[in-house]
Amino acid sequence: MSSTDQALVFRAVERRRSAVAAFVRTLPPGVAVAALVIVLFVAAAAAPGHLQTHNPFRTDLYATLQPPSLAHLFGTDQSGRDLFSRVVEGTRQSLTIGIGATGLSLSIALLLGVTAGLAGGAVDAAISRFLEVLFAFPNLFLALLFVTVFAATPATLVIAVGIGTAPGYARMIRGQFLSVKRAGYVEAARTLGHSYGRVVRQHIFPNAMRPLVVMITLGLGQSIVWASGLAFLGLGVAPPSPEWGALLDAGRHYVTRAWWLEVMPGLAIIAFALSATVVSRHLQDRLEGRVHAG
Amino acid sequence: MPADGVPLLKVEDLRVSFGRDEPRGTVVKGVSFTLHPGRCLGIVGESGSGKSVTARSIVGLAGLGGFVHAKTIAFNGHSLIGQADRQWRRIRGRHIGYILQDALTSLDQLRSVGREVGEGLELHGVTRSAAERDARVVELLTSVGLPDPAIKARQLPSELSGGQRQRALIASALALDPELLIADEPTTALDVTVQAQVLDLLEQTKARGKALILISHDLAVVSRMADEVIVMCNGDVVEQGPAAEIFARPRHGYTRRLIDAIPSAHRRGSRLAPASAPRLRVAEEVRPEAVASGPLLEASGLVKRFRGPDKILRTAVAGVSFALAQGETLGIVGESGSGKSTVARIVMALEEPDEGYVRLNGLPWTGIAERERRARRRFIAMVYQDPLSSFDPRWTIERIIADAIPDTEAHRPGRVSELLNLVSLPASHRGRRALDLSGGQRQRVAVARAVASRPNVIVCDEPVSALDVSVQAQILDLLGDLKRELGVSYLFISHDLGVVHHVSDRVLVMSGGEVVESGEADDVFLAPRHPYSRTLLAAVPRLPIAPAA
Repeated sequence: MSSTDQALVFRAVERRRSAVAAFVRTLPPGVAVAALVIVLFVAAAAAPGHLQTHNPFRTDLYATLQPPSLAHLFGTDQSGRDLFSRVVEGTRQSLTIGIGATGLSLSIALLLGVTAGLAGGAVDAAISRFLEVLFAFPNLFLALLFVTVFAATPATLVIAVGIGTAPGYARMIRGQFLSVKRAGYVEAARTLGHSYGRVVRQHIFPNAMRPLVVMITLGLGQSIVWASGLAFLGLGVAPPSPEWGALLDAGRHYVTRAWWLEVMPGLAIIAFALSATVVSRHLQDRLEGRVHAG
Repeated sequence: MPADGVPLLKVEDLRVSFGRDEPRGTVVKGVSFTLHPGRCLGIVGESGSGKSVTARSIVGLAGLGGFVHAKTIAFNGHSLIGQADRQWRRIRGRHIGYILQDALTSLDQLRSVGREVGEGLELHGVTRSAAERDARVVELLTSVGLPDPAIKARQLPSELSGGQRQRALIASALALDPELLIADEPTTALDVTVQAQVLDLLEQTKARGKALILISHDLAVVSRMADEVIVMCNGDVVEQGPAAEIFARPRHGYTRRLIDAIPSAHRRGSRLAPASAPRLRVAEEVRPEAVASGPLLEASGLVKRFRGPDKILRTAVAGVSFALAQGETLGIVGESGSGKSTVARIVMALEEPDEGYVRLNGLPWTGIAERERRARRRFIAMVYQDPLSSFDPRWTIERIIADAIPDTEAHRPGRVSELLNLVSLPASHRGRRALDLSGGQRQRVAVARAVASRPNVIVCDEPVSALDVSVQAQILDLLGDLKRELGVSYLFISHDLGVVHHVSDRVLVMSGGEVVESGEADDVFLAPRHPYSRTLLAAVPRLPIAPAA
């Protein structure tokens, strides 16, 4: 590599770095708050010990069902465990289920959507009909069915939510491929004599995948709400675990006496899902804005 | 003849600026005129000249964030400055009719044409009953020459053709019989024969004593209608005066250049834009590879049928044959739906013909597997009407052009710069994205990509239709230069007869999927034999004077 090339690479890196700085500076306040919330949750998942005020599993029979106070930010549960520390502790499991379910869901969706979108014809028709059959069932019903047939472990929860949300994504991805396949630049590449494989690799795949970033962030929040919903119905991770849905499930017996057992984990779920949605909407605007305005 | 008394519309020193921060971007910098009943004012200029904003400001629709300042805007002696929205609404439609450029987007897609046209009648309380309104709507649609007006009134805008929609839009503007009609590019998207009908209609309106403001980039259209002309450039009025005067003796250089840039006004093949750019320097190696004798491209008995949404087979191309020789330009003219673009797609092997065949460089080109065709695709390239959609939005100009260079020489340094130089684009543009370029620059990139593989044949499908005349002139000059210096042949498709006449050696006239006339360009254009060719040529508006060569 010559020195000019190096200089060019260096300048490119510099430009990218300043682009990141510019990106952060132009964040609307709401989006900045949402991004901060997500960073906090990620920190809680990565190193719960640094955020916890108490041992999340230590019971204290002298301090059961305490309302939120300075000593116990989110109050305590029926066994006197600190709810804040339990919510922090449960973050990792909840996020793991959310990420796992989103990952699984997108993998299934990619497989079906890309195959249908690229192959077309009979393959597309078969996959589309299959997706329509899945659509005919309410999404939650599919997940419920799966969890009731198999044992309720975090793994089954991931699979249940992943399968339940996959058809929607699959249809979206298929549509992306179909519209990009018809784009003028794909036809132009064909007239240049490029092979179909090269056209798919160079144009169809990268352009059809542009909305994927947004779909991932949107999907994360959604999956966590789903998993928590299943757990609340008693079909998720079993109660001693501090997974958010399990916390909700465990708290519902005391809801008349201790509202914080339901509200605090619920707030965590809402805060994460909302933040993920706000950030992804912003990303969507950015990415689309770039497409239109250069 | 200038009318006496109070003018219908008097505008003095109209200025329009946009933007929240000072200094605001001024897009109209002082327009003044008076307009009397039965007269037509033409406003001409290229995109961004401020001609549309001028007209919109007169009816109080300058747009969001627009600041309108004027010494006078008086309609029938009443000032229109500082009107409330409610007062505006009483004037618009009732006293001033407005025809927008794009009939498809200006008509509500979910309402029948009749309701759209009748809306004004109802709003202004002109008709009392639904029956009376419907009768008036049919009357209006009849007056604009819409066939089967009673049926058309019940149809949705999308069920009408472009010309029919435009006429429906004019009918809705005429519904309340306004004293002033403002038409913003009323015929831009229309075929010439339809354009002629629309212009006839506007002419009749004018003859009935209505005043007309006609905005157009097309000088010939304006010259046919206008009594007085304003030439705008970047918000400035560069020239203003009686139409005959301006077209016969343009005083300003900009007007002169606009008139010179019109292809039909010139001898074939001459340069259209002032030759300010340095002559192209073409390296020997850029030339396409020599081919065996015989036609480069040969099409014989092409037939293509498509099945419409109603499952009925329609013949788009019905037996088209032609041959294209080395260094020749074959023009194909026809109106929308004539099948000319389908012919281009068959020639590019993007569609297989149902009957007939195409041979390229003496070898079969259709009826073979794509695998066999692929290596030979480099000998034929295409330039599209909308270059932007033919570029991957993620790619830089450099990558777009480099992608078209055959793999065998892809790594030769400087090839991209050489190609950019060939189309007179600075090498500094290589890192940009197509979105950041102007329409003309994008089309230059498209041309650079087309010649990158050293093709023998370049198919141009309406390559200049979306461009301003002065930019169109530059692109046509560029294509002419490349033909001379690279020896490429063109299959040049356009609805614009002037453009086709200017660039072509031979011409095919297509109508309804068939070639109705073919021959040397001069023969076809100066002495057409087929009735359709004659109709087509007669419909083209022309400037009243022949500019000096």
